[in-house]
Amino acid sequence: MSAFVELWVYLSATPLFGLTATLLAYVLASLIYERVGRAPWANPVLWSVVSLALLLKLAAIDYPVYFSGAQFIHFLLGPAVVALAWPLWQRRAALRQRAGVLLLAALMGGLAAGGSAVGLAWMLGLPIEVVASLAPKSVTAPVAMGLAEQIGGIPALAAVFSVLTGLIGAVTAKLLFDLLRIDAPAIRGFAIGTASHGVGAARAWQVHPEAGAYAALALSLQVLLAALLLPMLARL
Amino acid sequence: MEPLKGFTCLLLCQSLGEVAARLLGVPLPGPVIGLLLLLALLQWPAVRAPVEAAATPLLHHLSLLFVPVGVGVVVHLGVIAQYGLRMAVALVLSTWVGLAVTALVLKALWPSAGSEALQDAELSEPAHAVVAAKGLER
Repeated sequence: MSAFVELWVYLSATPLFGLTATLLAYVLASLIYERVGRAPWANPVLWSVVSLALLLKLAAIDYPVYFSGAQFIHFLLGPAVVALAWPLWQRRAALRQRAGVLLLAALMGGLAAGGSAVGLAWMLGLPIEVVASLAPKSVTAPVAMGLAEQIGGIPALAAVFSVLTGLIGAVTAKLLFDLLRIDAPAIRGFAIGTASHGVGAARAWQVHPEAGAYAALALSLQVLLAALLLPMLARL
Repeated sequence: MEPLKGFTCLLLCQSLGEVAARLLGVPLPGPVIGLLLLLALLQWPAVRAPVEAAATPLLHHLSLLFVPVGVGVVVHLGVIAQYGLRMAVALVLSTWVGLAVTALVLKALWPSAGSEALQDAELSEPAHAVVAAKGLER
């Protein structure tokens, strides 16, 4: 028994643990997601995060220990943001043809999402660092972290808000669009990419290729717009 | 070899982006400058196949990449216990506002989206991607 405890203590402290646990949780959550017909509530990111968070709490493993392994996955977010150039390039014809409309929708959607988050948080009396961490929430996590830091938020909290925003979009957007009678996959995809970035876009991609392509386009536009405008707006 | 070349290209763009952000004081995050650099590089046909080979799998599994950050929620349980409900209200409502505003603006300004968009998707998407995606839909 004590040999087993020692082995566990050793293994849970190596980077191997965080990396393996993350992949295992995600692969299992994805299998279940497939099994239930890709129902939005079964979102694999949601259940991976919940199960890993429970595991860390129950096994009393500190987040930095977990992150020493998970960082290898986290690292890929940077190159993934650069890789967004590819869907933008692929959609350049649509973008050029409809640049005005798409930019306007991206700008208004981004301002509405960020503005209402900040407004609500402020009205509800949340502390100023939390409010500043909410502002870049519709931008993909790695960029949100950098932006939050620039405008006086807490980067780690901004990243969590960003992931939660992605999950809210991925889980509830279908219902909202059905209520508003938004049927066109291109519009659904573009809206989900604007308001709930990568996690939402991944969901859109699985549901419909057209929606996925527009979600990727919207997500990259949102990164550019927020990176350009947010520091300027924060100064006002 | 192609995915490896493409991945190297992504990392080079990101590195140059970080250099530009830190040394030249460009007011954008490094990866975003990298995105713009890569967009300019894609004008050059030789980089397209390697970049596609690296970018497609990376973006296909994009949601996995958010898991480590999401688990970071355990570090903030204190703040969440204190302000959780209010933060949840702000997050959920603002996400719906963002989704609804974007979708309604597009619906008003681009009423033909449902009918014409599919055609240009089929023209610009590589054939295998459309086939694979159609398979997925069933």
